[in-house]
Amino acid sequence: MSSTEHSSKAPSATTPVPSVYGTPTPVPARRATAGVDSAVLGGWLREMVLIREFELRCMQAYQDKKIGGFCHVYIGQEAVAVGCTAAVEAKDPIVTAYRDHGHALARGMSSRHCMAEMFGRIGGCAKGKGGSMHMFDRANNLFGGHGIVGAQIPLGVGLAFGTKYEDEVIAGGTSNRVTLAFLGDGALNQGSVHEAMNLAGLYDLPVIIICENNGYSMGTAISRGTTMGHDISAKAGAYGMEGVVIDGMDVIEVQGAMKELVDRVRSTCRPVFVDMRTYRYKGHSMSDPRKYRTRDEEEHYEGDCPIARLRAHLEPRGFSADAFKSMQREIRAEVREAVEWAEQSPVTPTSELYRDVYVERWGPYSGSSQPEMLGGAENTSEFKGCNPDGEML
Amino acid sequence: MTVATGREIEFRDALREAMSEEMRRDARVMLLGEEVAQYNGAYKVSKGMLEEFGPRRIIDTPISESGFAGMAIGAAMLGLRPIVEFMSWSFSLVAADPILNNAPKMLYMSGGQFGCPIVFRGNDGAGGQLGSTHSWSVEGLYSNVPGLKMVIPSNPHDAKGLLKTAIRDDDPVFFLESERLLSTKGEVPEGEYLIPFGQARVARTGTDCTIVAFGRPVLLALEAAQALQNEGISCEVLDMRTIRPLDAGSIVRSVRKTGACIVVDQSWSFGSPGSEIASLVHRECFDDLDNHVHRVHSADVPTPYAYDLEQEYLPNPRRICEAVRSCLYRA
Repeated sequence: MSSTEHSSKAPSATTPVPSVYGTPTPVPARRATAGVDSAVLGGWLREMVLIREFELRCMQAYQDKKIGGFCHVYIGQEAVAVGCTAAVEAKDPIVTAYRDHGHALARGMSSRHCMAEMFGRIGGCAKGKGGSMHMFDRANNLFGGHGIVGAQIPLGVGLAFGTKYEDEVIAGGTSNRVTLAFLGDGALNQGSVHEAMNLAGLYDLPVIIICENNGYSMGTAISRGTTMGHDISAKAGAYGMEGVVIDGMDVIEVQGAMKELVDRVRSTCRPVFVDMRTYRYKGHSMSDPRKYRTRDEEEHYEGDCPIARLRAHLEPRGFSADAFKSMQREIRAEVREAVEWAEQSPVTPTSELYRDVYVERWGPYSGSSQPEMLGGAENTSEFKGCNPDGEML
Repeated sequence: MTVATGREIEFRDALREAMSEEMRRDARVMLLGEEVAQYNGAYKVSKGMLEEFGPRRIIDTPISESGFAGMAIGAAMLGLRPIVEFMSWSFSLVAADPILNNAPKMLYMSGGQFGCPIVFRGNDGAGGQLGSTHSWSVEGLYSNVPGLKMVIPSNPHDAKGLLKTAIRDDDPVFFLESERLLSTKGEVPEGEYLIPFGQARVARTGTDCTIVAFGRPVLLALEAAQALQNEGISCEVLDMRTIRPLDAGSIVRSVRKTGACIVVDQSWSFGSPGSEIASLVHRECFDDLDNHVHRVHSADVPTPYAYDLEQEYLPNPRRICEAVRSCLYRA
């Protein structure tokens, strides 16, 4: 079965394929879905399908050389971004790594701006200066995708420090925001992540560190690169924080479990670490032939598709295959339109090369950045020389 | 307003006054670093600040530069204005990723959405027999990176005025202090004053040769200039105060007057502010020069421990005098 077909076939009960995580994901008591409104479930389904379709178009655009550099797609992991963002409020900061298109879309960035960023156009969320790995959205409190593995976790801990400081020290109230900081399982072996976890535990910071554990850091299976890889949440205990395992292939489970954690962290300010069990269906990046894992394993996890799982919940409520096809058609049209919009957005002009280096418009260092010479000018000035009195020409 | 009081205080007191005044003015400013709170600062720069501002704003961190530098950057993205104290800039190397990859690039790679108003400050430079790993002059290494500002005061007056400007600046500022200078005294007004970035100070006027320096080497240059005066050589000493932005105009004006230029830079010579300034002067003052720009740097070797070796390694008045004489064909 192809991962692109979103079949609603239920996953097989038993499987000969060993868990990529080293241990089976604990199956908690199935959360009651009766209480969740069908429209809400439908909204999550729509977001997951949007991410899936968006990423398929990205792959195509990458192959067509419309997207340059590195491109890491989120296919297979959709339930994580959608479930986690559904568990927090708009005021809660989010920061993530370089596999960030899904988080941006789930957080509310339009597919147009997200696609245009990758096309290197002025209409991109960062005017084409960030690219695939650096999706920033201030309006939606998305503090970026970040490229260096693990580097975003100190930032996430700092965001939590910042919200708590603003709420308590400046406003004199109580901390009421929770930061979500995402990382991959490969980032667990970066020192900065452990330093940040120590600081979060030490300072009682309201942050949930979510490890999207897809079993592979690029091509290295977790068992080959990470001690205690079969139970990474055990690492949280060393930093005085709770470690939780969540089935990241089930959006209802993700949202339900995360909502409980978010509520708790909001009131206690104690950080939490989540081992979010998921699986990426495609390669690490576009150039990855996936020789390090078997097709059997991939098919096993594709058979447990998060979109199919949610459809299985919705079908008894009358969400038919036709209704799904209709939703899919609509989303495909939306993503196609986003691609067209991105293509029509002008290429970022070279004048932008020199903008946003400094907040103050002192301009680039063109061999002699000198405020008195650039004063008042747009920050594209270049030092042309002096007259005998030293005045700028 | 600056009030001339004749009050003399130590360099470290000037730094503390700057931070304390800014913290009283703006609740978004806080200080964090190793031993800054209960220990009163490894070099007593933050002495008494815990008492005044409390543990929520004067924050002791564990020894994890990468972690707390990154944390402070995250807080700055959110809108706080953290001051991060590195006990030594030598220790900032383990925080290279956050301070070089995050702070100076955030504004750019977010398309102008998220700035990073943060000050990193601490001791820079050799001279205390601390050996190779603890004696970094990071001017050369870090000034290469666009998006950051680099400040390096040479006296208590400038230290206070420049640090206050740094704290109010919306961009990441690398503020380089010298452990050798922390106990030096100078006149510092009690009132509020700011020193703008990118404005050099003429530390001594002269007619025969321009000596461009920044940080502690300014004092060495002044010492050399005094000695050279006895030989009938009149040196003008420029204290650049900031390396990024660089006050190119002041350098060019002075060299056009004197026709000779020496750069004293305590970082290594290869790819340094010194080499950049030399390039600038050669380009802008080509027809005014009677000799090429002479440069005095730390020797191109790891910093030695032994006292005599370290003194010879560093720019010192003797080497500066030799460079001036050579440049003026008086050798």
